[in-house]
Amino acid sequence: MRAYTPKDDVQKKPYYTDRYWVAPQVAKSDVSEDAVFAADLEAIKAKFEVLDAYIQVKQMVVVINARDNFGVIELMKNELEYNQLSELSAIDWLASEGKFEIFYQMLSMSKRKRIRVKCKIDEKESIQSLSSLFRSADWSEREMYDMFGVVINNHPFMKRILMPDDWEGFPLRKTYPLQGDEFAQWYEVDKIFGKEAREIIGPENRDPARVDRYDTERFARLGHEVPRGTDISQGEPDTPLVYQEEDGVFLIQKFDAEKSVVISDRDR
Amino acid sequence: MQQANRLRPFFENITFDRDDNELILNFGPQHPSAHGQLRLMLHLQQEQITKAHPDIGYLHRGMEKMAENMIYNEFMPTTDRMDYIASSSNNYGFALAVEELIGLDVPRRAKVIRMMLLETNRLMSHLFWLATTALDIGAMTVFLFAFREREYLMDLIEDYCGARLTHAAIRIGGVPLDLPDNFIADLRKFLDKLPENIKDYEDLLDTNRIWLMRMENVGVISKEMALSWGCSGVMLRASGVEWDIRKEEPYELYDEVEFSVPVSDKGDNYARYKLYMAEMRESAKILYQVIDMYEGTGPELMAHAPQYISAPKIDIMTQNYSLMQHFVLVTQGMRPPVGEVYVATESPKGELGYYINSQGGAYPYRLKLRAPSFWHTGILTDLLPGHYIPDVVSIIGTTNIVFGEVDR
Repeated sequence: MRAYTPKDDVQKKPYYTDRYWVAPQVAKSDVSEDAVFAADLEAIKAKFEVLDAYIQVKQMVVVINARDNFGVIELMKNELEYNQLSELSAIDWLASEGKFEIFYQMLSMSKRKRIRVKCKIDEKESIQSLSSLFRSADWSEREMYDMFGVVINNHPFMKRILMPDDWEGFPLRKTYPLQGDEFAQWYEVDKIFGKEAREIIGPENRDPARVDRYDTERFARLGHEVPRGTDISQGEPDTPLVYQEEDGVFLIQKFDAEKSVVISDRDR
Repeated sequence: MQQANRLRPFFENITFDRDDNELILNFGPQHPSAHGQLRLMLHLQQEQITKAHPDIGYLHRGMEKMAENMIYNEFMPTTDRMDYIASSSNNYGFALAVEELIGLDVPRRAKVIRMMLLETNRLMSHLFWLATTALDIGAMTVFLFAFREREYLMDLIEDYCGARLTHAAIRIGGVPLDLPDNFIADLRKFLDKLPENIKDYEDLLDTNRIWLMRMENVGVISKEMALSWGCSGVMLRASGVEWDIRKEEPYELYDEVEFSVPVSDKGDNYARYKLYMAEMRESAKILYQVIDMYEGTGPELMAHAPQYISAPKIDIMTQNYSLMQHFVLVTQGMRPPVGEVYVATESPKGELGYYINSQGGAYPYRLKLRAPSFWHTGILTDLLPGHYIPDVVSIIGTTNIVFGEVDR
């Protein structure tokens, strides 16, 4: 029987995990320990519902409702001096909770503080665009849509950014295999040669580490060179090394330690 | 719409539309001065740009996806391929993020060596920037000069780690090797000559008529625009925001060295050029101080944390338990605690951030690479309109974008 592989998360798994292994936690501390963060949190709490807030690795994490995302970031920008949106993206929790987690990484240059605002949305839910607050959100949101399929409301130019416009599937989802799916392996063949060439050309090899030891057309065999296209599946001809000194191939010489020069100091 | 098989002139790259006199120019993705695979769709009125659409993704390798399928140490050489002009700074950002996640303390000698690598990388990157931008604008001499100096630095890095471009010279928890014998002497020799070299470049460029025409008052980024577009590094400082992560949120030994952060409020190409030159001088200043720090450090190069970091080679070769632990760490990988971290470092291009979400497994659950060039490309959408075609090349030049980093 074939081993069971879960379909909702096809990422690589460790081949062995100790059955008593309990992962430690990165310490979370209370927001009240940092006066600046505490004041910021109070200001956010006054207007919006905050589901959770803590400090982890020197940064405050604020969990809010997805519908408040625009309001909270607007408040942070206009009143709390968080003047840059460094990064935003999503995390795929579809397998465990059926949700995407979206994080906004905010930076305040006057306070020298960073806050991460997080919220969760369902797979089919969409989220408000922040591109009218921060222009940097324009491209980040496009990337998030491209990679996860999270639909953004009110975005000025909702289009894929890294993948081709006619791509199918969302590469950073946990259900998307690392080497690409079936669509991916035919994409370039269809695009360049047309669907009718599929049988002649065959699917694209999307495993960059694949080596065929009998293929003498595409793989170099250093030290065991044979003429291109030789069939070596039934054993291979010997490839003797010949040197110039023995009237062999021009330019290939035997290494002579006596004659070689060692450069000890480059003239800098 | 043009029909390729009609009897009208058909130009692959240009669309003519007689009605409104607008011309759409396709710039790239294989344009020599696009600094990589940048494609720009430029809407033109005569020579003036009315709309610009940067199109990226031609070098997209899915590094974030790859990271989810690799153990942490395995991912280190992949980070080299982001900003391949200064690859140690990418290594460093990742190493620092994982160290913060685990809570590791790196030995002082490793810190000193890392500082040396980071600043030599900054010099390499800035020299490369100067060379290519000058070449784009037609200053062939500066290109040759700057590449000559960069070559010395690459030799230095080669002496240290064996690689010239993709260094992978930093490990999680420290550095793999101590400095080779001649490293400090060679570095000093280089640094002693650097001011002279920088003066050469400036003599050639500062008052050069062509250079000034392409640089002064071209590509002006206002402070608001720079902040809104998430600009960082020189792009931000040239627009009058004094923000250098090395100074404001010091990591490694940056709080122990003295250096200043050059700022300009002009926001144009020329301001950025001047900042790059000033930053090279500052890097040299840092390097002199770091060289002096090296003497007083102990011999340890890697942090001691048996759960996460392999023991030193000598222990692995002599002690059974270290060998077992090393074997587990290499085959299964370290398992950082459950949690998330975002760490920003000042790479030569700007704020390089790593967001790691760990679920206690050997593979990161999510890894987001915040590469500065991504937004520095995005800003072209708002920056190019109003400029003329010849300015496009110089503006792309001074944004200092590297496509390994934009597309990841």
